[in-house]
Amino acid sequence: MRVQMTVNGKAVSGEVAPETLLAQFLRENLRLTGTHIGCDTSQCGACVVLCGGKSVKSCTMLAAQAEGADITTIEGMESPGGELHPLQEAFRQNHGLQCGFCTPGMVMSAADLLRQNPSPSEEEIRHWLEGNICRCTGYHNIVKAVQAVAAAK
Amino acid sequence: MKTFEYHKPSSLDDAAKLLAQADAVALAGGMTLLPVMKQRLNSPSVVVDLAALEDLRGIRENESKGVVLGAMTTHAEVAGDALVREKLPALAELAAGIGDAQVRNRGTVGGSLANNDPAADYPAALLALNGSVHTNKREIAADDFFAGLFATALEEGEIIRHLHFPIPEKAGYKKFPQPASLYALVGVFAAKTNGGVRVAVTGAGSEGVFRVPELEEALGKDFSPESVPEKLSDGVEEKLLNDIHGSPQYRAALITALLRSP
Ligand SMILES: Cc1cc2nc3c(=O)[nH]c(=O)nc-3n(C[C@H](O)[C@H](O)[C@H](O)COP(=O)(O)OP(=O)(O)OC[C@H]3O[C@@H](n4cnc5c(N)ncnc54)[C@H](O)[C@@H]3O)c2cc1C
Ligand code: FES
Ligand code: FES
Repeated sequence: MRVQMTVNGKAVSGEVAPETLLAQFLRENLRLTGTHIGCDTSQCGACVVLCGGKSVKSCTMLAAQAEGADITTIEGMESPGGELHPLQEAFRQNHGLQCGFCTPGMVMSAADLLRQNPSPSEEEIRHWLEGNICRCTGYHNIVKAVQAVAAAK
Repeated sequence: MKTFEYHKPSSLDDAAKLLAQADAVALAGGMTLLPVMKQRLNSPSVVVDLAALEDLRGIRENESKGVVLGAMTTHAEVAGDALVREKLPALAELAAGIGDAQVRNRGTVGGSLANNDPAADYPAALLALNGSVHTNKREIAADDFFAGLFATALEEGEIIRHLHFPIPEKAGYKKFPQPASLYALVGVFAAKTNGGVRVAVTGAGSEGVFRVPELEEALGKDFSPESVPEKLSDGVEEKLLNDIHGSPQYRAALITALLRSP
């Protein structure tokens, strides 16, 4: 079947099998491999992207369900001039990543939080990131990075 | 995941026709169905996406001033909705505590109730609030809807359109989440309704969500934490799940502890 959507501001389309997951479509058809697949069981959040501005787990959504949707992946976060998004920069400054595997999902998830709640408390940040698992950092610096962006706003 | 035919009908009639086929299944947010299909616990040959059915969307008030949720309303929409927060704050709070942010952005109230996971939160709310399920065929009262683990009164292909929740005088939901899955290890919904006090427990029952008459009686005399007995009768314990997450004794203790906590 044919699917069409907007990804990082560009209209894209592709021929996929109905069971193709959005994560697969992004990674394999569009070669946007910044979206990671960690668990493939809806637990870890490495695959989080924005769908119409809302964070979703792209391993638990069919490409077909994203028909016509506006998708943003980690590759769409930097500015057109190639500058890192404030969240990306804050993760860098605050050592919010070690191996970096969870980072794309963390950044996309945090972007959704800050859209709804520009100045979340530490507790709100921790609650919001419950669906994003990091096996390296111990979360403290991730929370700090999100707080830094919130404070700068 | 095995392959299937994908359909996204734009009318309820078309959806019902598609779902009348053998081996067809409805798709809401996919938060349960897709993982289950990946594990090949279910390999339908036809998947009918309900996302284009306008009738299944939205939150409104009904004639009797109750809250009506479209089946496709997401947990995040329920949690953030002004009408729900005003009239049924316990339900908004319940929705805000489901899974994680991404599950709440996609998961739906209709999908949660149709699935009737023994550890899901919504079944406790529907049962305690004496709500009802409105399908493309009929209306089903909460007391007749749940039929054991992952089983409901829904017939093959029947589609939930709306959920009706009458407004209680007072209500509250407390959940003790299983920390890894975030589902309820025990969740208790207590409501003082105009038909009396109703207490529904999720997460703990070996047959899924259930009411607890002895707690309803105690809270019916005085709807306050102090009137909750410290210990439930043995009859209740016998109905509770025994798994690696908790013994029946532990779950029974959680039920009363959650109700007694301020
Ligand atoms: C990581 C994670 C954590 C979670 N934590 C919790 C939690 O803490 N508490 C909790 O309650 N739940 C939790 N869930 C489940 C979540 O609430 C799902 O929303 C819910 O299981 C239903 O998913 P869905 O709405 O996407 O429906 P789907 O997965 O699309 O469908 C589920 C089932 O319902 C049927 N169905 C869907 N809509 C209808 C309809 N309108 N009419 C008839 N049948 C229908 C489908 O055919 C399918 O059988 C969690 C899920 C995940 C992945
Ligand atoms: S890969 Fe999607 S949640 Fe882990
Ligand atoms: S930085 Fe390695 S998993 Fe988070």
